[in-house]
Amino acid sequence: MKKKLSVGKALLYGILVLYAVITLVPFIWAVSSSFKTLEEIVSGTINFIPKNFTFDNYKQIFLEQELFPRWLLNSLIIGVAGTSLNLLFNSMAGYALARLSFPGRKTLFIIILAVLMIPAQVTMIPNYLILRELGWLNSYQGMIVPAMINATFIFMMRQFFINFPKELEEAAEMDGLSRFGTFFKIVLPLAKPALAAQAIFVFMGFWNDFMRPLIILSDPSMFTLPLGLNTFKGQYISYWNYIMAASMVFTLPVLLLYGFFNRYFIKGISFTGGK
Amino acid sequence: MKKKRTYSKRSLREASQGYSFMAPTIFVLALFIIGPILYAFFLSFHKVQLLGTATYEFVGLSNFTNISDDSRALRALWNTFKYVIIVVPIQTLLALILAATLNAGLKGQSIFRIVYFLPTLTSSAVLTLIFMWMYNQNGLVNEILSIIGLPTYNWMGDPSVALIAIMIMNIWATAPFFMVIYLAALQDIPDSLYEAAELDGANAFKKFIYITVPNLRPVTSFVVIMGLIGTFQLFDQSFIFSGGSGGPDNSTLTVVLLIYQYAFKSLGTMGYAAAIAVMLSIVILVATLLQRKFSKEESLY
Repeated sequence: MKKKLSVGKALLYGILVLYAVITLVPFIWAVSSSFKTLEEIVSGTINFIPKNFTFDNYKQIFLEQELFPRWLLNSLIIGVAGTSLNLLFNSMAGYALARLSFPGRKTLFIIILAVLMIPAQVTMIPNYLILRELGWLNSYQGMIVPAMINATFIFMMRQFFINFPKELEEAAEMDGLSRFGTFFKIVLPLAKPALAAQAIFVFMGFWNDFMRPLIILSDPSMFTLPLGLNTFKGQYISYWNYIMAASMVFTLPVLLLYGFFNRYFIKGISFTGGK
Repeated sequence: MKKKRTYSKRSLREASQGYSFMAPTIFVLALFIIGPILYAFFLSFHKVQLLGTATYEFVGLSNFTNISDDSRALRALWNTFKYVIIVVPIQTLLALILAATLNAGLKGQSIFRIVYFLPTLTSSAVLTLIFMWMYNQNGLVNEILSIIGLPTYNWMGDPSVALIAIMIMNIWATAPFFMVIYLAALQDIPDSLYEAAELDGANAFKKFIYITVPNLRPVTSFVVIMGLIGTFQLFDQSFIFSGGSGGPDNSTLTVVLLIYQYAFKSLGTMGYAAAIAVMLSIVILVATLLQRKFSKEESLY
């Protein structure tokens, strides 16, 4: 009996380790390629540790490819501004739907639930035409404004505020704080965990988005990183060392974010999933 | 009398507060979501010319009927269908197995969990580039295949394997996300169920089949819906993989890539692209509703 148990355990560990290897190999291969010289890249031998370890690929993309830092900056501007607006507006909407009574509240809530089911492909072409009319193609606002709210997180914030103790707000109101004052000084600071989970997912959404920038941005100096990376690939078609170095620069910020906020990630996923 | 007035004043104030809190949301909903949905229906019945100011010519249903005569559209539909049918079951099963294994109470779980989560964090653009690098003729995948004595392929150039290459990549990338959802649900299954089964002499496999899987049914239905929606919308990977063409020989052409091409890469076909987009949305909606209906009926038993 004892022996059988340990065999089962070994099998489970086997599955876990095997899948960990399957997950890690592409990343390790990419990282190692980003530190290799072009000769080593084209020689086609499998070595995960570079023979001639070099930072030249990273130097090359930052120094020779003038637009690369610009793409990084664009991604940061759009990601940070877009995330901040989402945090503010999603919480405001969630709060209003949970706490305030106004005509049309139910209808709005149903519309927001319905929007969750609408695939982005239907709105993609009309949105392009609307942005074109507004003169917002190739602009930060064209990337940010249409995505400054998110139905999933409005829904999530509503659930959060429904379970939020009312007494605190009533006390704040007694002390003479306005509704907005109460919201910004009392409610939002207490919603930090929910906001953290939301911030990570919204930021990653902006950071990793490929289709919207592809449609909205056509001027290379306005490109975000995913788009820049794609043209970069076309330009340096067989310079996989540069392409991998650029890919790693692109991935690092998200990995750092994950490192800092690991626990919120899992929480956030079970929030958006499960129920 | 006075009381009533202050009451209505209060409710009026609350209503105005409500609307000011909702204002940004209502603005975006109207201008960038609801408006565009109606606009999309309008476009799908028109021929759209974009030179200078846009012009619209009513063409009735012909955008929709033209789809069946368009060999590239049929090819894209077939590719997408194949992709959905193969990827959704495999990634769901893989996610379930990984979650159950991770939940078995072994040491080092948290490390495995962090490792498995890496692809979920990484952007589709980067993942596609990494896999293209590995799928090279002399790339890592072929090297490994030849070392263990398996046949090698021209993954990116051969029409018969290019879509499979994308399938492998995306199953690898998406399964861990669903694994996390399963993991959260696994924690909610009461231990007493397993203890009772153990007393009845059930082994680990039986416990998995008779307790874990049935208890996870609602989550599985959620995972399948999310999987369906995601796979129907395949775009980034096939765009980057084929340089936007859907090649080789249309083998990686998906419905969304085709919509993109007709809308933004060729002139005068924007209305047709809108019609395909409307069709796709209806298909996704129906799939979602059917799935919901089935999973509801299932939970009756």
